[in-house]
Amino acid sequence: MSYNNNQQRSFFLNVDWVTVLIYLSLCLVGWFNIHAAVFDENKPSILDFDTQYGKQFIFIVSGIIIGTVILLLESRFLSALAPAIYVVTVILLILVLVVGRGVGGNQAWIDLGGGFKLQPSEFAKFATCLLLARYLSATNVKVTDPKSFLIAGAIILLPMMLIKMQPDDGSTLVFCSLIFVLYREGLSPYFLIIVGLLITLFVTSLIFNSWYVIIAIAIATTLIALSIKRNRPLIFKLIIGAAISIAFVFAVKPLYNNGLKKHQRDRIDVVLGLSKDKKHVGYNQNQSKIAIGSGGAWGKGYLQGTQTKYAFVPEQSTDFIFCTIGEEWGFAGSVVVLGLYLFLLLRIIMIAERQRAPFSRIYAYGAASVIFFHVLINIAMAIGLMPVIGIPLPFISYGGSSLWSFTILLFILLKLDSNRMGVIYG
Amino acid sequence: MNSFFERRYIVAGIFIAFILVLLGRLFYIQVVDDRYALYASQNVVRKMIQYPARGPILDRNGKIMVQNEPVYDIMVIPKQVTAFDTVEFCKLLGIDREGYDKRIIKARKYSPYRASVFEKQLSAQLYASFQERLSEFPGFFPQQRPVRTYPDSAAAQFLGYIGEVTDPIIKRSGGYYSPGDYIGITGVEKSYETVLRGQRGVQNWMVDSRNVRKGTYANGAFDTSAVAGDRLVSSLDMNIQKLGEALMRNKVGSIVAIEPSTGEILAFVSSPTYDPNLLVGRERGNNAAKLYKDPYKPFFTRPVQALYPPGSSFKPLSALIAMQEGMITPQTVYVCRGYYQSGNRRIKCFHNEVHGAVSLSQAIAHSCNGYFDMVFEKLVNRFGARNIDTGYNAWRNNVAKFGLGGRLDLDMPSESRGLLPKAAFYDKIYKKGGWRSSTVISLGIGQGELLATPLQLANIEAVIANRGFYYKPHLIKAIGEKQVIKHEYTVRNYVGVDSQYFHPAIEGMQQVVDFGTAAGSKIPGIIMCGKTGTAEVKNKRDNSVFVAFAPRDNPKIAIAVVVENSGQGATWAAPIASFIVEKYLTGKISTRSSGINPDYYMNANLLPPPVLSAADKRQLRLDSVKKAQADSVSKLKLKAASNKLPQKAPVSKPSAMLPKRKDDELQ
Repeated sequence: MSYNNNQQRSFFLNVDWVTVLIYLSLCLVGWFNIHAAVFDENKPSILDFDTQYGKQFIFIVSGIIIGTVILLLESRFLSALAPAIYVVTVILLILVLVVGRGVGGNQAWIDLGGGFKLQPSEFAKFATCLLLARYLSATNVKVTDPKSFLIAGAIILLPMMLIKMQPDDGSTLVFCSLIFVLYREGLSPYFLIIVGLLITLFVTSLIFNSWYVIIAIAIATTLIALSIKRNRPLIFKLIIGAAISIAFVFAVKPLYNNGLKKHQRDRIDVVLGLSKDKKHVGYNQNQSKIAIGSGGAWGKGYLQGTQTKYAFVPEQSTDFIFCTIGEEWGFAGSVVVLGLYLFLLLRIIMIAERQRAPFSRIYAYGAASVIFFHVLINIAMAIGLMPVIGIPLPFISYGGSSLWSFTILLFILLKLDSNRMGVIYG
Repeated sequence: MNSFFERRYIVAGIFIAFILVLLGRLFYIQVVDDRYALYASQNVVRKMIQYPARGPILDRNGKIMVQNEPVYDIMVIPKQVTAFDTVEFCKLLGIDREGYDKRIIKARKYSPYRASVFEKQLSAQLYASFQERLSEFPGFFPQQRPVRTYPDSAAAQFLGYIGEVTDPIIKRSGGYYSPGDYIGITGVEKSYETVLRGQRGVQNWMVDSRNVRKGTYANGAFDTSAVAGDRLVSSLDMNIQKLGEALMRNKVGSIVAIEPSTGEILAFVSSPTYDPNLLVGRERGNNAAKLYKDPYKPFFTRPVQALYPPGSSFKPLSALIAMQEGMITPQTVYVCRGYYQSGNRRIKCFHNEVHGAVSLSQAIAHSCNGYFDMVFEKLVNRFGARNIDTGYNAWRNNVAKFGLGGRLDLDMPSESRGLLPKAAFYDKIYKKGGWRSSTVISLGIGQGELLATPLQLANIEAVIANRGFYYKPHLIKAIGEKQVIKHEYTVRNYVGVDSQYFHPAIEGMQQVVDFGTAAGSKIPGIIMCGKTGTAEVKNKRDNSVFVAFAPRDNPKIAIAVVVENSGQGATWAAPIASFIVEKYLTGKISTRSSGINPDYYMNANLLPPPVLSAADKRQLRLDSVKKAQADSVSKLKLKAASNKLPQKAPVSKPSAMLPKRKDDELQ
C-alpha cells in the first residue's frame, strides 16, 4: 500500500514538525531563563556545566535523544507495553515511599547513585495516560458504562493516592486533569459542571458569609426553575441539586479547617485575600508578583531582572521560573510564552482528532490535559491566582526528570501521530 | 466512536478561556498596575547614607580646639563566623566567654547576614593588638568611627557638645536627621551645626534578598559623595583662654575678652567649667549625669547667661552719656561729702570715703558714687523732674545703644538680654508719677535693677576702646577654606557718643589703674584703662567686677571679669584681668611691683557654699540616716569584736569637676 510505502521510505516526514518546533522553542525559553534566574557572575557562560543552566543544556540534549529514540520505536510496542509501564511506575511510586529521598518535605526522589535522581511521579503521568488510553480504546469499553467508568477512575486514582502519600499535592492534582479525557470520551457534561460548581461554592463560601452564598443559590435555583416551568422531573432534580449545594456550603468551613493542613489553608488564605501576610506564608507569592509585575510591558531585558537575579523569589529556576520571564521580558514575553503553550495545546487537540486509532486520540487528550494543568497551575500560582502548589512549568522549569517526562509524554504522541496512516493497534 | 467529536471544541474552549484569564491577569499586574515596579525598587535599592566628618574648630592662631579622633568599633557578621580560638579572642578584647555569647546572640538577633556592632569604641592600643590577628577571626572586622576630641580640654561652654538627636529634633528637621545621628546641642557646635556637619552623601546600593550588597544602582548615576564639614576658625586665643580658666579655678564667674578693632572674642571663660572630653566616649552618660547634678552648674554658660549688676564699672558709660547730652563737661567739678543726697535718700561713697572736690576723671579714678548719682539725676531729670518718664526713657535709650538690655546676637545659642527696665516698669511698681529720680538713683552707679552679662560688660569696654563704636562680638572669624566672615560682623555700630568725649573718661580709667582703685593691678610697660566694680548682691558677698581695655592708644583687648561673691573688684577681678591682658599683649606675665602673681589667684578657692535643691537636701538627709543606721550596725559588730570606737567618715564636699591639666602648660 502506498501509505505504508510512504511511511517506510521517509519515516521522519510523518512527524509533526510544528509541534517539534514549539517543543524546541519552549526548551530554549527555559534554558535562557534558567540562565538569567540563577546567573552566577563567576560562571557567566550558559554552557558552564557546574551551573543549572549548563546542566539544563545537557537535559535538553538528552531529552532530544530520548525523543528521537521514542520516534524510532514501534507504535505497537507502546500500546502493548502500556500495562507493563504502568505497573513499573506504580512499583516505583511505592518504592519511593520506602527508599525515597526527601526534597523540600516531599519524599519524591529515588537516588540512583552517581548524582542521578529519579522522580517517579513525573513518569507516572505518561504511564497513566498510556494505560487509560489502552483501556478506554478497547472495543467493549464505554465511559458512560458505570463499570468502565470505575475502572478508568481506578487507573487514575491509584498513582494519585501514592503520590499524595509522598505527599506531593501538585502532582496529585495534575491527575484530576484527566477528567477532560473522560469527558471527550463520553463522560456526562454534568461532571464538569458539578466540579466547576463545587469549586465555585468552595471559594465563595470561604470568602463570603455562608448565608449570602445560600441566598445566591436560592435565587439562582428560582430563576432556573422559572425558565424550565413545565418540566417537573427536571425541577425536582434542580431542587435536589440546590439542597446538596446548600449542605455543601455548610460543610465547606469544617472541611476546610479539618480536611486541609495548616500550610495548605495558609496558602489558600493568601490567594483569597483572607490573609495579609507578606512576610512568611505570603512571601513567595508576593515576591513573585512583584518580579512579574515590575517587568512592565516590555521587560527589563535579558539578565537585567533585579528581583530574580538577587534571589528575592525562591525556587526561581524551577516552580517560579515564570518570574524571570515576566520580569525580564515583560508582558510581551508573557504573551509569547502563553501563546506558545496555547498553540501547542490546540495543535495536540488537532492531532488527536485526526487519529484513526482511539488509543492515539485518547492518549493525545491525556497529554494535552496534563500539559494544560501544569501551565495553568504554575502560572496562576506565580501571579497569585492560585495557592502555592509546587509543580514545574512544562519544558521550561529546570530539572531533568520533569523535562524528560514531558519530552516522553509529547514524543509518544508524535510517534503515535507519525503512524496515524498505518495499522491500527490495540 | 467519534460520537463526541463536537466536544473537542468545548475542551479547546476551556483551554483558551483559562489561558486568556492568565493573560488578562498578567496584563493587569504588568501593564496596568505600576505599584509592582515601585515594590521592586524598594526590594533592591538601598540608600546608604555616607556620613561626612564633622568640621574641626581651630583657635585664632591655628591651634586645634576640637577635632575628630578615630575610634574603632568591632563589627560582626554572625553568618560568617566560623570556628576560631574564642579564648584568645576574648582575651584580646578583654571580655569573658559569657560576654562573648551574649554579644553574638544579640548580633544574630539583629540579623545573621548584616553587620552589627560587637564591641564599641576600642582604644587605639587595643585595636592595634586586635588588628594584627584579625585574619584569625572570620566574620569580625573593625569599623572606624570619628568622635570629638579636645586636645586642650578647654573652652567647654564655648565649643558646646554634640549628642544624639531626639525625636522633636528629627521632626523639626523635616527628615534630615534620623535616629542615631549626632547634632550640636550647645555652644558653637549648635550655632554652626549646618556648617560643621558637612554634606551627606548617598550611595544607592543594589542588595539581594539577604541584604548583601550586590553592586551600585544605575552605575552610581544617582550617588553623591559626602562632603566633610567646614573647618571653623574661632576668634579665641587658647593661651589666654587656658590662663583664664586656670585663674578662675575654684571660683564662680566669667571672663570675656574682645578685640575692639574686630569684635572677635579672645577669651570666653565660664567657671566652674568641665573637661569637654568627659562628654565623649563610653563614659559619656555617667559623666553628663554627674555634671548636671553639680551644684555649680558647669553647663551654665556664664559669659552670656549669667546676669550681674555692673556696679561701678558702669560709671564711665554714665559720664560719656552725660557729656554727649550736655549735662556735664569734662571740667564739671562735684564736691563729695562722702555721700549723695537725693531727695530723702543718702547714697554713701565706698568705704565712707570723702572725695572732696572731684573732676570727672578723678571721679572715675576713685569711683565717687556721689559724682555719678549727680550725673544720673541730671540726665533723668533733663526734661524736668515731673517728666521723669521721658527723661528716664531718654537715658535708657542712651544706655541701650551700648548694647545693654538687649542681645548682641552672639553666634551662640541662649544669649541673655540682661535687664535695662523701661519707665513703664517703674510705672507698674510705683504707679505713674509715683517715682522720681531718687527712687531709681542706684541705677546711676550700676546697681538697682540694672543687670548685664559679662559679654555686655566687655562690649562696653570695646566701645570705649574704639572711642564710640563696636563691632558685633563673635566667636567664629572664618568658616572653611574661604575664610568667610559674615557681613554683619564688619559693620560699625555707633553708640551715639562723639569721640571727643571719650578722652576725659579714658583719662579717668587710666588713673584707675595708674593710682586709683585698681592700682595694684598695674602692668609694667602697658597703659591699661579700667574700672573696678564692687557690685552688691542681696544677702551675699559682693561680686568682684573689673572692666578694662589696653593699651590706651590703639587698644588690642577689651575685657570684663566677674568673680561672684568674692568681694571688691580690685581684689580679685582686676588682678585676674591684668594677667590676661599682659599675657595677650606680651605673651608672658612679668613680676609686678605690687607683688601679685598668678599662682596665688589660681590656687585661691572662692567657691561659695553650694545652693542645694530641695531634692538634694532630702537625699542628703536620707543618706545620713542610712549612714547612721549602718554606723550603728557596724558599731554593734565592732563592740562585739573589740571596744574600738567607729571612725567618722569624712564629710564629702561637693565640688565642681575640673579638667585635669598640667600647670606648666599655662606659662
